[in-house]
Order: sequence, then C-alpha cells, then structure tokens
Amino acid sequence: MLGPTAASYIETVVIAPLAVLGWNALLGRGGDDEVSSASGLIERFLDWFGKLGLFFWQVMRAAATPPYEGRELVRQLDEIGSKSLPLVAIAGAATGVVLSLETRDSLVRFGAKSMLPAVIVMSIIRETGPIITALVVSGRIGAGIGAELGAMKVTDQIDAMEASAVNPFKLLAATRILACILMLPLLTLAADFFGILMGWVTETTIAPISLQKFINKGFHNVGFNDFLPSTFKTAMFGLIIGLIACFQGMRVRGGTQGVGRAATSSVVLASLFVILADVVLVKLILVFFP
Amino acid sequence: MEESDGEAPIVIQGIHKSFGSQKVLTGINLTVDRGETLAVLGRSGSGKSVLLKVIIGLQKPDSGSIRIHDQEVSSLNLDQMNEIRKKIGFLFQHAALYDSLTVEQNVAFPLKRHTEKSESEQSERAKQLLAGVGMERDIEKMPSEISGGMQKRVGLARALALDPDILLLDEPTAGLDPITAGEIEELILKLQKERNMASIIVTHDLHGARTLADRLALLHEGNVMIEGSFDDLEKSDDEFVSGFLRKSS
Repeated sequence: MLGPTAASYIETVVIAPLAVLGWNALLGRGGDDEVSSASGLIERFLDWFGKLGLFFWQVMRAAATPPYEGRELVRQLDEIGSKSLPLVAIAGAATGVVLSLETRDSLVRFGAKSMLPAVIVMSIIRETGPIITALVVSGRIGAGIGAELGAMKVTDQIDAMEASAVNPFKLLAATRILACILMLPLLTLAADFFGILMGWVTETTIAPISLQKFINKGFHNVGFNDFLPSTFKTAMFGLIIGLIACFQGMRVRGGTQGVGRAATSSVVLASLFVILADVVLVKLILVFFP
Repeated sequence: MEESDGEAPIVIQGIHKSFGSQKVLTGINLTVDRGETLAVLGRSGSGKSVLLKVIIGLQKPDSGSIRIHDQEVSSLNLDQMNEIRKKIGFLFQHAALYDSLTVEQNVAFPLKRHTEKSESEQSERAKQLLAGVGMERDIEKMPSEISGGMQKRVGLARALALDPDILLLDEPTAGLDPITAGEIEELILKLQKERNMASIIVTHDLHGARTLADRLALLHEGNVMIEGSFDDLEKSDDEFVSGFLRKSS
C-alpha cells in the first residue's frame, strides 16, 4: 500500500463513536430495559450473539430447502442493488474527488506528484471503494430492512405469514441477505468506477492529463491480487449488513418505538461490524494475497 | 397425514405457557368439535390470544398437549406443522394484512404459495372470496386505504382461502363500530353455516360471543374458570363470572 488511505482515516474517525453506539444498540440501552451491572452487560452481549448465530442457522437452513424464492430474490436484487446504485455512485465519485484533492497536496510536498493516478486507483480499488460502498449500503439498506421487517413484526404480518404455512426466514430474511451478498461486489465496482473517473476529472482540471494516460499510470502496478480479494470481500460485508438488519427487524418489540430502534440499531451495528470485519479481512488478504 | 373421524379437530389438554416469571396459561383443557364454535372470553391479558398462537404453533407451550386432527402438534417438525397450518384459517386481531400487497394479492397469497392454480385461477378465487365478504369492489386497494372493518373482512377472506376446516378468530369485532361489528358477526355466522368448521373465537365482547358461539369458556388467571352455554355462565354463583357478565353486558 502507498501509505494510509482515506478509508483508514474514515475507519479511525468512525469506529470509535460507532463502537459506543453499537455497544448501546446491542445492549438495548436507551430503551426500556436498562442493564447496569457488568455481568448483566456481558450476558446481554453473549445473548445477542447467540441469538444472531441461531438466526443465521435458521436462515441458512431455510434458504437451502426447496422451493426457492427466485421471484422475491430478483425483487430484492433490484431493491438493494439497482436502487442503491445512484447513492453508491455519488459516494464513490465524491470519494474520488476528495482523494484526488487531498492526495495531490501531500504528493506534491514529497515530490511524488507523478504517482497520483496510482495512489488514487490503488486506494479506491483496495479499500476506499469497498468500505464506502458497504457503509453507504449499510445506511440505506440496513435502515430500510430493519424498519420494514420491524413494522411487519409489530403488526403481526410475520406471524400471519407463519400462520399461512410460509417460512418468513426463507421468504423475508434469506432473500434479502442473499441479495446483499450478491449486490455488494457489483455496487463496489460501480463505486470504484465513479471514484476513479472523478479522481481523473478532478486531477485533469488542475493539471490536464488524458484519461488514457491516467488509466495507464493508475493501473500500471495493479494486479488481480489488488482487485479481486478487496472486491469480493464486500460479499462478506453484504452478509453482515443483511444478516444484522434482518435479525434486528425480526426481533422487534415495543410498537413503533421498537421499529425506530430496530432501524437505528441495524445501521449502527451493521456499520460497526462491517468495519470490524474489514480489519480482519484486510489482514487476511495481506496474508493470502501478498 | 391421516385424519381420524373419532377425535374432535381441536383437543387441548393441560397447556401451560409462561413468559419469564409471568404465568399466562396454567393447564388449559378445551375441545372443539367439527361444526362447533367455542368463544373464549376473558379480561385483557388473560392469555386468550396466546392460546390461539399456541394452537397454531406460533408459540410453543411449556407443557401440555395440543392435538389438531389427531396429530400431536408439539411433536411435529416445521414441514408437518405447515401441513396442519394449511387446514387452519387464522384471523388476527388487527387483520395483519401484508401492507405491500393489494387486497386481492393478500387473499391470493396463500393460494399462490400452496396451490397449483394458475395466476388467473388464483385471481378468480381471490375475487370470489372477497365477494363473499362484500369486498369485491376494493380489490385493487392497498390495506392502508381501507377501514379497520374492511381490513377484518379481507383478513377473513384470506383466512378462508385454503378452505380450512378449523377457523381461529382473534377479536374479530374489537375496535369496530356496532354496525360494522354486527356485519362481521353476520358474515362469520354465514360462513359457519356454509362450511361446518371447528372455530375458536377469542373475544371480550359478550354479545358477539353469545351470537356466534355454541359454547363459551371464560379464562381467568390462565385457566378455564367456567365452560358451557351462556345460560350456564349466567347461572354461575362464582363472583368473578357474575361480575364479568354484569360488566360486559
């Protein structure tokens, strides 16, 4: 890597408050059931993880059993993928602009201005594109799924589905989680594309450079090991976002207030666990794809 | 799945259910025969709705036996339970219509999931069921665009979609004005005559229970305090029973 990326700054700034919010969301603070003792906190934390694991198992088992929910999966791919595209594209483009402006200044100071395309491309495809995509999707989709399933839960729609002999783990959760897993890598490609494009646009307005030259310089040292692992790790982010949002939504209690809490906790926990997973995945990628 | 002619469609024995330290059901025994309607009465929070959810397997009892069509529900796996559920129509207290689907799609939902009917056949059947509850003119509307009474009617049509032989109704007239409540009661009576189903109606509306049910069971502190006809309840010397009847009428 060429020094710290924008994403690593984002992670440092974002992870601390997220960790606090996530801890509170996990333990249900701010709700009716306040827990104060240390043992109570640990118990709630382990209880949440245990139930999340059980939920994941139920979803996996439901998803693997035919008949498969093809039509609902396609609907969710559209909902999660196509409808997130504009937001992801804008976030990717903005990241490209900011990266170009910030990195240019630093590189000029060290006399390494010619490396700017490589720095932008490498930063975006290895880290910034994937993490920005995951955080944007976690905000949009995490809140959406948490609120939608939460509202269904408190209005007995999920119970009605079960009473109609339809497995909600399969119809509601498995399709959404699978759609998140499939769409995150594709959305990451879109974020990468718009990030690099806008990185070039920004650079060329300051010091004109042709797109072809920018691409050639940018991708000169980029191999599949830079591109594939970091893009496909977002499938894991998709799993985390979909799983946590569905879990938080389907366990809602307490009416509309509970729905609000589910939406918030889905976003906070999904974002937090995406960032934590990123730390682990980056380390694994560095080990297995040096 | 074999069905016995001998045993009643719903046989509940010694059901216990607690939520944490709160005991909700404490050894309930009930039986409902084919073509019979049992009204379960009781104060709010007496466990009436929990009883229905336990019967259809949405909540697991802590102990006791529930036999539906001679099948012990607690020993069934999910697939077997779903086969039982297909024979049970369930009307939720607030109808629980799927808010992302139209009225027609709501009623067609069970048909779509569990029958081999083509889309046009599903639509035809849904329209037929909606006509049966007087909702044929609102099929394209979303649940949020119709009133509470209309939602109950649609919920009832959805509950009947798979031609169930057991009907569970959770507060079918709660929150409705007297005229709409009367219409829903007439509708349920009409369906009972047409379909010979075993029904359990959970309610705290004594008038509705008297109109709809062959038998009444009054729940108190998690158990059936008294069971019988309305006259049996009226004759009871028990203070709680007479107090409940007096305050409900």
